[in-house]
Amino acid sequence: MSVQTTEYTVSDIRSPAAFLASRVFIYGALVFWSFICLFPIYWTITTSFKSAVDVTQGHLIPFVDFRPDWKGWRSLGLSPDSIFQTSTVRDEFLKRFMNSVITSVGASSLAIIIGSLAAYGLTRYRYKFAWFKNEDISFFFLSQLILPPVVLALPFLVLYREVALLDTRIGLVLLYTLMVLPIVIWIMRDQFNSIPVELEEAALVDGLSIWGAFFRIVMPIALPGMVAAFILAMVLCWNEYFFAALLTSTDAKTIPVMVASQTGSQGINWWSMAALATAAIAPLAIIGIALERYLIMGMTAGSVK
Amino acid sequence: MAEQTSTANAWPANSAATDLIPPGRKRLGWALMIAATLVLLATIVMQILYKTEVDTIGFYTWRPVVYAYVLWGVALGAWQVLTRGEDGQRALFLLPALLFTVAMVIFPTLFGFYIALTDWNLSSFAGRRFNGLDNFWQMLADPYYRNALFNMVLYVLAVLVEYVIAFGLALLLNAQIRARKFFRVVFLLPLMLSPVAVSWMVGKSLMEYRFGPASTLARHLGWDNPAFFSDPIIARISIMVLDAWTFIPFMMIMLLAGLQAMSREVIEAARVDGATTWQTFWQVTFPLMLPVSVTAVILRIIFKLKLADIIITVTSGGPGGATDSVSSFIYREYRDRSNVGYGTMLAMVYLIIIVVFVTWLLKLASRFVRNVN
Repeated sequence: MSVQTTEYTVSDIRSPAAFLASRVFIYGALVFWSFICLFPIYWTITTSFKSAVDVTQGHLIPFVDFRPDWKGWRSLGLSPDSIFQTSTVRDEFLKRFMNSVITSVGASSLAIIIGSLAAYGLTRYRYKFAWFKNEDISFFFLSQLILPPVVLALPFLVLYREVALLDTRIGLVLLYTLMVLPIVIWIMRDQFNSIPVELEEAALVDGLSIWGAFFRIVMPIALPGMVAAFILAMVLCWNEYFFAALLTSTDAKTIPVMVASQTGSQGINWWSMAALATAAIAPLAIIGIALERYLIMGMTAGSVK
Repeated sequence: MAEQTSTANAWPANSAATDLIPPGRKRLGWALMIAATLVLLATIVMQILYKTEVDTIGFYTWRPVVYAYVLWGVALGAWQVLTRGEDGQRALFLLPALLFTVAMVIFPTLFGFYIALTDWNLSSFAGRRFNGLDNFWQMLADPYYRNALFNMVLYVLAVLVEYVIAFGLALLLNAQIRARKFFRVVFLLPLMLSPVAVSWMVGKSLMEYRFGPASTLARHLGWDNPAFFSDPIIARISIMVLDAWTFIPFMMIMLLAGLQAMSREVIEAARVDGATTWQTFWQVTFPLMLPVSVTAVILRIIFKLKLADIIITVTSGGPGGATDSVSSFIYREYRDRSNVGYGTMLAMVYLIIIVVFVTWLLKLASRFVRNVN
């Protein structure tokens, strides 16, 4: 993202009235869309502090409309007064949370490792496996992107049962790696293409091996790209629901599955659902906001020449 | 593995390297490779014999085959390095991803085509029974599957509306505004949220019939009966809106990057020549943005074709299967009847449709971009 100044060029200013109108329109539209983006999040967070009456009467603003209460968080065992007591719900939640963390970090790391290596190979060397050349291999990797999860889900259900990987975190990690690998390769290929080959040539002349040059010279330069790919992969893995719903039952259930199962079973318990939803989206929202630059870098890789 | 040649940027000392490898090292490499292949084959044969009850030696699960495959992969890498030196080291970059993807995609897909031809109920003890094309004929007569396919067409068409909104937002963010970074983060936020949480937050609580704020607002605007998920057409639109809410930022960011990469001089030149803002947009900005737009729309369509989680959690296909996407339909088909065979047949047919459709789309797109520019 290039930095742009907010100075107005001469051609933008036709007449003061038209200029003012366009300003009002632009900021109006910006504020309107911000409201659309933020209101559901605001609603969820405030609902986690509401009691039943406040929900049904549609109260919106804390302290003005209703008196905030730790109700939702207490039912999760995460409110200030219940955090030091034992809570089965909290244990359940933390277990699911850890499953989500382990599967998404594990899958993203694995995808980054094998994806970067493959992307590096594909940008630097000419391969020929039987009649497959570089372009074909790249296409093979990227074409995995169109494979819908539903095609793999049922065969994997049967296969995982046979190899005893059903309802395990390893099983999910492998599938998620597969899911994000094309995206990682896409981003990293773009990254490596932007690094001049001369750097590695110099390193090779200085006596480094191919792998030495990769680890000592190329990797540090490509690190921002790796972070970008990692964040994007994390977002996709953390939010994945389809595979997790089909392939896990008790041990390896992730947060999205837990959220989804709550809505179905005992009617809707507004405040605890809101607290759960908030807890499910908070980690990624925070990471995403903090590392927004990398997220954007990952999404725009290769799309703009 | 066939021969590799280095890139045009001649690497120092590569052609001679292969000749310098001592024969002992080559022999070691071959020995490793042959041993690993034998172990892999032996494990597979042993398991097949055990599972078909010809033999009594074997493992209860097939997991040893997985370990044998990993071992074989490691041996393959070692064999490359030992026998081919530097060329082997280069192959090593590609091998892990290649072996992984082949194992995780090719084999399950082929296996899937086989399952598709069986009648296999996972919850019954009968096991699988080969029934040829029965599943296929059943599928052709299944009105729900046809409906799900039709819905996918509608959902994909909704991408165009999303594109228009995303383009508008990208233009807004690219205008000369203050607090650009703030607005960009805010607009991007929905993309980071889990669709399942979103379906609860928006679908099940904001759009709740009795007291959801969206329903209240709709009542104020004069819609007496704001039931978002009970009328088939409105329910479809609600699903599209929910999905759009999470994914518009994705297209927006790509389009914004495109806008920022565009040189400002072109726009300035058009302005100086007396073009209005409207003319500038249609005759300069839009054509220049076409390649990015096409990429964004195609990527978005690819993601749209996977749409499932929102539907599963909000409507579970209802009312009466009206909002089902293919993925959510197959999911329910499996959950309700645990028939893997029929579900897989549906999925495989869907895969073929998608591959044909996306290939056609890519061809069309490349021709379109070429013609306009």
